[in-house]
Amino acid sequence: MHTQVTAGSVGQGEVALSQAASPRRPALAVSDQVFRAAALACALLVLTVLVGILASMLYGGWPVFREFGLVDFVAGSTWDVNNDRYGAWPAIAGTLSTALIALVLGVPISLGIAVFLTQLSPPWLKRPIGTAVEILAAVPSIVYGMWGLFVLAPLVAAYVQVPLNQVVEGLPIVGTILYSQVPSGTGIATAGVILAFMIIPFIASVTRDMFDQIPTVLRESAYGIGCTTWEVVRHVLVPQAGVSIIGAIMLGLGRALGETMAVTFVVGNANRLSASIFEPGSTIASRIANEFNEALGLQMSALIALGCVLFVVTFVVLAVARALIARVKVY
Amino acid sequence: MAATGGAPAATVPASAPTWGRVRSSRRVADRAMKVICVVFTALGVFVLGWILGMLAWKGLGALTPRIFTEVTPGPGSEGGGLANAIVGSIVLTCLGIAVATPIGLMAGTYLAEYGKASRLATVIRFVNDVLLAAPSILIGLFVYTVMVQPMGGYSGWAGGVALAVIATPVIVRTTEDMLRLVPGTMREAGAALGAPSSFVIRRVTWRAARAGIVTGILLALARIAGETAPLLFTALNNSFWFSPTLLGGVSNLPVTIFQFALSPYDNWQGLAWAGALLITAAVLALSVGARLYLNRKAAR
Repeated sequence: MHTQVTAGSVGQGEVALSQAASPRRPALAVSDQVFRAAALACALLVLTVLVGILASMLYGGWPVFREFGLVDFVAGSTWDVNNDRYGAWPAIAGTLSTALIALVLGVPISLGIAVFLTQLSPPWLKRPIGTAVEILAAVPSIVYGMWGLFVLAPLVAAYVQVPLNQVVEGLPIVGTILYSQVPSGTGIATAGVILAFMIIPFIASVTRDMFDQIPTVLRESAYGIGCTTWEVVRHVLVPQAGVSIIGAIMLGLGRALGETMAVTFVVGNANRLSASIFEPGSTIASRIANEFNEALGLQMSALIALGCVLFVVTFVVLAVARALIARVKVY
Repeated sequence: MAATGGAPAATVPASAPTWGRVRSSRRVADRAMKVICVVFTALGVFVLGWILGMLAWKGLGALTPRIFTEVTPGPGSEGGGLANAIVGSIVLTCLGIAVATPIGLMAGTYLAEYGKASRLATVIRFVNDVLLAAPSILIGLFVYTVMVQPMGGYSGWAGGVALAVIATPVIVRTTEDMLRLVPGTMREAGAALGAPSSFVIRRVTWRAARAGIVTGILLALARIAGETAPLLFTALNNSFWFSPTLLGGVSNLPVTIFQFALSPYDNWQGLAWAGALLITAAVLALSVGARLYLNRKAAR
């Protein structure tokens, strides 16, 4: 007596399959409904988490937004715990400048790696280098932080800051941007370098996948009319991959903006804003990581409000990335 | 054109396409691009080798049997190990994955089997992809607000939930992708035998996609094992054995490494390197192992 139903559901294919529950044995029909409801509930939970994050940030940061106003909070440049004055600008500027340095250094290297992996590499080398890029992505961020603090920072101090100070001291503009009063190696620039290496694997692997998806015929015909490898990359691969590369870069930017531990190790954690990229600064994430556990009252609200700003910025960046590259593989 | 090639053009047959027939500016641009790409790739591999080499050198030097038997030392005291932090990390990670696996599996199943191209499923897919890359420190803040404050203190439970929030999107994503690879004919065959759709999903589709789903769970495990930021405000840390109720601070490796690495004590720094080596080895083993497992299954 159940055969009719089953035959019907097969006849109508998959659409009917997901709805074919009605006139069966009650136990089966009920468990079917329960399963479907459970799946839907779990899917909605994912949605709820994102809304919950935003709501909790707005709720926690509300006292600060009310006290100072959104514009004054974002643009304010003093962060004075003793007098309860909080302005987010030094942290926002630090976040943006470290991310910018990371992109300037990381994007060319990532694209170079993607071109090497898809166009230049001998076949036996593809797999090991591909694995190396994946491992670079899997290394915990705290390890990057330790490497940055104990290895990179002393090198930056000795071989970049000290010689650079002698060259740029007293010069206009570069004398401000590149001069460091105390060449300690920690600062905005070092954090940017670490972030560059952390975002390389993400940009490189997405770009490589995009290049791999381009039909071979296009490349072959370009080579066939006498193009060099550079011309194939420049005039065939890059235009074909197009906005996906921008999407990959946005994905890297999203990572760079929100990275916490590695930055906290090397950024220097200064509360003021300085004009030089070699001076200590702080980012939104490093400020939260450093101060949150000791924070009370309005300071805690201010930190959560900072988190709210970071959430909105990364959400926009990641949403743009997602719109430009249809889907990123995670495995 | 060929005449401008000069000497090289004379030595090779005119019919063979050689560099001699390419304008030199094009040749230089091509060479430069190739050299730059090779240098950049070498730089990436070199930095990876440098990080791992440094970690192995410093970490292995500090790795003694005491690491696994003694608890973390207090400020200024000699010796000590990481036993409580290692156990705490394992507990928190397992807790996180235990919460994330059923939720992620069911949500991924909804997207692949029920929601498909519906508007709700599209929105959830988008939100999941954003969560996949969301800053982990914000997830720590979120769990602090919804769990630590109401419960009146730090706890391992909050830490587990924070890790679960990070692991879930990974599992949702891989589960959905792997279920989509299962051919529709298998579902139809199940339905033709009179099985309701939930039965078909559990007994046919999940089984067919098992290798991929397991890979996703392993990758999620690798992702959360090294996470520090979300634990700072949830599980916190302590230097003793934590209580079995997981209330109060629960010691864990990442936060211990963070605190010890920035400390002035030599033995603390040594322990931080040993801990970093352990955690990196675990994470890399999990993520490389998961990929190898999937490749071997896919090759069959």
